[in-house]
Amino acid sequence: MTDNILSVRGLDITFRTNAGDIHAIRGVDIDLPRGKTVAIVGESGSGKSVTMKAVTGLLDDNSRVNGGQIIYRVDGKEIDLLTLSQRELRRRINGKHISMVFQDPMTSLDPTMTIGAQIMEGMFLHQNLSKKTALQKATELLQLVGINEAEKRLKNYPHQLSGGMRQRVVIAMALATEPQVLICDEPTTALDVTIQARILDLIQIVQEKMGLSVVYITHDLGVVAKVADFVSIMYAGKIVERGTVEDIFYDPRHPYTWGLLSAMPDLNTTEARLYSIPGSPPNLLHEPPGDAFAARNEFALAIDEKAAPPFFQISATHAAATWLLHPDAPKVEMPSALRARIERLKEESGHE
Amino acid sequence: MTKYLAKRLLLSLLTLFIITFTLFVLIRIMPGDPFPVERMSAEMIALKRLELGLDKPILVQFADYMGMLASGDFGNGTSLYNGAPITPILLTCLENSFKIGVLAIFCGTTVGLFLGIVAALNRGKFLDGLCTVFSIFGVCVPSYVFMIFLQYFFAYQIPFFPYFFDPGDFLLSAVMPSLSLSLLSMSTVSRFTRNEMIEVMASDYVKLAESKGLYGFRLIRAHVLRNALIPVVTVIAPLVVDLLTGAMVMEKIYGVNGVGKLMVDAIAGDGIDYNYVLALSMVFSALYIGAMLALDILYGIIDPRIRLSAKEG
Repeated sequence: MTDNILSVRGLDITFRTNAGDIHAIRGVDIDLPRGKTVAIVGESGSGKSVTMKAVTGLLDDNSRVNGGQIIYRVDGKEIDLLTLSQRELRRRINGKHISMVFQDPMTSLDPTMTIGAQIMEGMFLHQNLSKKTALQKATELLQLVGINEAEKRLKNYPHQLSGGMRQRVVIAMALATEPQVLICDEPTTALDVTIQARILDLIQIVQEKMGLSVVYITHDLGVVAKVADFVSIMYAGKIVERGTVEDIFYDPRHPYTWGLLSAMPDLNTTEARLYSIPGSPPNLLHEPPGDAFAARNEFALAIDEKAAPPFFQISATHAAATWLLHPDAPKVEMPSALRARIERLKEESGHE
Repeated sequence: MTKYLAKRLLLSLLTLFIITFTLFVLIRIMPGDPFPVERMSAEMIALKRLELGLDKPILVQFADYMGMLASGDFGNGTSLYNGAPITPILLTCLENSFKIGVLAIFCGTTVGLFLGIVAALNRGKFLDGLCTVFSIFGVCVPSYVFMIFLQYFFAYQIPFFPYFFDPGDFLLSAVMPSLSLSLLSMSTVSRFTRNEMIEVMASDYVKLAESKGLYGFRLIRAHVLRNALIPVVTVIAPLVVDLLTGAMVMEKIYGVNGVGKLMVDAIAGDGIDYNYVLALSMVFSALYIGAMLALDILYGIIDPRIRLSAKEG
């Protein structure tokens, strides 16, 4: 039994809209092993952010949690976060145990408050620090996230900092209350490529230093390859494949994962055009009866139209929800171009 | 900051000068006359024009007028029956209008802000609906209807408040005028506050603050109010000037001897009183310009982005 600090079980969420109910999350299971990094990968609207918003109690007012559990394990106790009131969640869990980093650093800091005050806010709230200790800690945090002249910067307002610096501040803010879990919602999407790598490095450094468990929400497989230990691929409100980062990159089994991997830009390819998965994600206002990916899946079977596939276990860590893995299914291999690419990747990493 | 202020003040003076000039010219080329044409012979009018210097070229007239202003005087009325000096009358009227206006502003903004905040915090619930109905009512019902209703119920049916405003009995007689005057700004401010707050509460930085563990009043105070108030201040400033000056109907209904009534009399009497109209327009413009200046300074206080760029610039 592995030690999971956070386990999402059977999470099911609908959103009430004027057009009708949208079944956005349709039974999601995710485990976050203590001290490890899990990446949740999917297209926009696949429900990856919503899942993590449910963990932090930041769901919009028009959402309804139909079922499931979000188990947080701390000090040998198990707490189902979904049973806590919003107030309890804020007081006991948010910041103290679970912190978040948002996608866009330009909008995630309060423009009318100095960054120092924003970093120290959580400390006063959860740790009852004196002003002097808090100030000293905030300075150390800014140094930790690689901001020079930390003491001076504490008095700055967000608009005086660049995007990359702001994201560092947001990370410092998230770490200020010494959480166990850090949820990063596309933390580098809004940043320059050069800054992206540095922010990812930074998160890895603080993760090691503070023993954090990290959840990445991303659609960027490059980020996943760099940071993740485990990967969950999400499509239309469901996890379709999960495994270690090696499982997913070297031995993908779900046609959707094949599509995602094929759609990654590759410098060594001879193909003139970048592959893209045909079609667009289904409208969850009208939930498909079978496999939600069937309409876009060139390998779809007749049964995909009728019944949603269960998970088929491939190894202890690796599972995928596709009928192709059923013993009676015809043998289907991944596209040969992708196969060649994976072989090449394996070789390259082998050389290193 | 001082440099910035000095620059703004100079610009304000220039604006006021341009406004005065434009008004001066417009009033003179406008159809109509300070004198009742149907009751005066052409000779009498010509004589009167000569006496008031209205026969001179317009620019010379303007220069004379500016000279008079420079000595701190608005001159005398130009209409046939009112040659009295403007300044003392203007001051009395301003005092009356301001007293009621300030009460109305206080009432309008505090109640408006309160209602807006309550509505935003109870979004989609009963209280929100109630506040919405109230603001729609406040915007849609013409204020004179409300004024007459107030008079009917609280002066006639329940004779508690006096029918008319009386500077000698200010406290009691100012209640109905200022209340009815504040209705529109109350509704506008509450509507605006509500919408701004809801927008700010949905913003990333408030969500992030929530993910830090902030909730309830502390969250509102630390992150929502200041950010929501910045745009609200923008609507309050012109409303303030409106309340101080634009109360012509209210002053008529409640018999207030104020600037609104003075303006109406200056235009709708026997002919247009050039100097009264000019003096009043200038006071109104100066108030507007002053309010905008105050607004910019206030912005600097509540919004660090503006404060700092002003410091650097």
